[in-house]
Amino acid sequence: MKPPPVLAVEGLSVRYPVRGGLFGGVTGHVAAVDGVDLAIARGEALGLVGESGCGKSTLGRTAVALQRPTSGRVMLRGQDLFALGPRDLKHQRRHAQLVFQNPKTCFDPRRTVGGSVRMALDTQDLLDPGDREPAVADIFARVGLRPEHRSRYPHELSGGQLQRIGIARALILRPELLVCDEPVSALDVSVQAQVLNLMKELQAEFRLALLFISHNLAVVEYVADRVAVMYYGRIVELASRAALFAGPRHPYTRALLAAVPSMDPARRDEAAPHLGEPPDPARLPSGCRFRSRCHIAFARCAADDPALAEANPGHAVACWAAVPDGPSVPASA
Amino acid sequence: MTDALVDLPDLRVEPRWRRLIGRLLADRSAVLGGAILLLLLVCAVAAPLIAPYDPLAIAPMARLRPPSPQHWFGTDEVGRDLFSRIVYGTRYFLLICAVAASISASIGTLLGLLAGAGSALVDGVIMRLIDVLLAFPYILMVLVVVAILGPSLWTGMAAVGIAGIPGYARLIRSAVLGVKREDYVDGARVLGASETEILFGTVLPNVLSPLIVYLSYATPLAALLASALSFAGLGAQPPIPEWGAMLVNARTYLFSAWWAVTAPGAALFVAIFGLNVLGNGLRDVLDPQG
Repeated sequence: MKPPPVLAVEGLSVRYPVRGGLFGGVTGHVAAVDGVDLAIARGEALGLVGESGCGKSTLGRTAVALQRPTSGRVMLRGQDLFALGPRDLKHQRRHAQLVFQNPKTCFDPRRTVGGSVRMALDTQDLLDPGDREPAVADIFARVGLRPEHRSRYPHELSGGQLQRIGIARALILRPELLVCDEPVSALDVSVQAQVLNLMKELQAEFRLALLFISHNLAVVEYVADRVAVMYYGRIVELASRAALFAGPRHPYTRALLAAVPSMDPARRDEAAPHLGEPPDPARLPSGCRFRSRCHIAFARCAADDPALAEANPGHAVACWAAVPDGPSVPASA
Repeated sequence: MTDALVDLPDLRVEPRWRRLIGRLLADRSAVLGGAILLLLLVCAVAAPLIAPYDPLAIAPMARLRPPSPQHWFGTDEVGRDLFSRIVYGTRYFLLICAVAASISASIGTLLGLLAGAGSALVDGVIMRLIDVLLAFPYILMVLVVVAILGPSLWTGMAAVGIAGIPGYARLIRSAVLGVKREDYVDGARVLGASETEILFGTVLPNVLSPLIVYLSYATPLAALLASALSFAGLGAQPPIPEWGAMLVNARTYLFSAWWAVTAPGAALFVAIFGLNVLGNGLRDVLDPQG
């Protein structure tokens, strides 16, 4: 029997109320995440791409129990994170760690960075108290810093160094799932590659289930085994890296890939397809939510909301043009 | 991965508090304020060694003597040496500062933390309570507390302490509201820290700077109010050499024996001035990215 995935997200939705009007009443809802199913196995790196505001960070935050879903479940190692009591949740948290987008703000400015990493061990009560400081020194060395860096305060270190420490803080707990929310987007390009290499190395070494969130397709192509493309709360395409980059099926994915600047002189004059204005997330179009920006939309797209369905084995797409006989998503209240 | 290592210069990093002390010593107003506070502390601790006379010893033959080599600050209407009384008075001044500030800072900080970090209901209840306290004029609230507990040095201090709670609560609440949205709070949460651990381990240390600054402003005000209470007969009772209480009888002789009012008045002025100036210095050192 196949072992259960480290992370399984089932029918996950996160809705935020939209307040407006004279008395600040709830005038509508925005679904940051709208019925997402996703699973990541041990040792697998899943890249999650999409425009800013498409809900990818919200999805990542639910996976580490920082954000409570409106509906659906987040199963970590077979246990529903949001059905656990405080004690059990605390123990589960050890297995799901997060690397933040902005390394400059994710450390307590009043603590040395070594103290912040040590706090992980103290909080989870791992190792004998006497062994914790050496363990922190070890992990500092493992992420390419010197043990002396432990006594520094966050503002004394560079973004790249801090992100290494962010990775160290997450990995010192030996988690099974690591969520990285745009881990290199705040870094200089020259440092990005170093941090990405480090992450890839550590992912293999610790056999991490990695949820790698990014808007940068090049970065995702480098890190991920499988790629999920997200559009306004939905996964619209999910495939292996090779299949997705070689033969994208969803028009949105195609547009994203075409927008990546090409080094190929033959393609230099190709105009990138223009996606047009993004829709108001509180008033998404009927049927397929991408149809207002889709150049191949047809009548059915306005009526039926396509669900994610396999176009080829292992390559799922939510598009009527790609999977004409696929299921549709029932309209929700 | 050695190529990735961006080396730091190998200078020894000073601990944070050492840097703060260094910056305080470079700040002129902090040094002046600190010197005055130190003087008050020395007087309070070594009062029996410094004061030439018993502060309570009455000498009817030597009443209302002007300042002289025997009595540096003169004597009061029953012949007590004013210099000795001023020196002993520092004890009461500092006691009032410590007690009043402890009451308002501890309760106010706790309420502010709970209001800022708690649910909307907790926040609402605490802040409405604070609003009610704030709706009363400061002095009226103090008078109410004294009226309930009866006038004495201790009730005066308690009253001033209680009256100071709302200021701390509001300050800490707003600071907490800012801090709890920070990434590093989520950082602690992801590690498994409980809400209580986050509140006292991560949020509280990060609101300490504004707390210390406010403390240095609010404390001299509280001390002044406590002296005013004593002057009104609602705080320290005679013959305690509390400066405010010393002014009460002396004011009768304002025109015939100016020194009897001047000595405690000047002492109060210098002490309050010192604390205020120290507060200014602390703010300059702590506020800009501590």
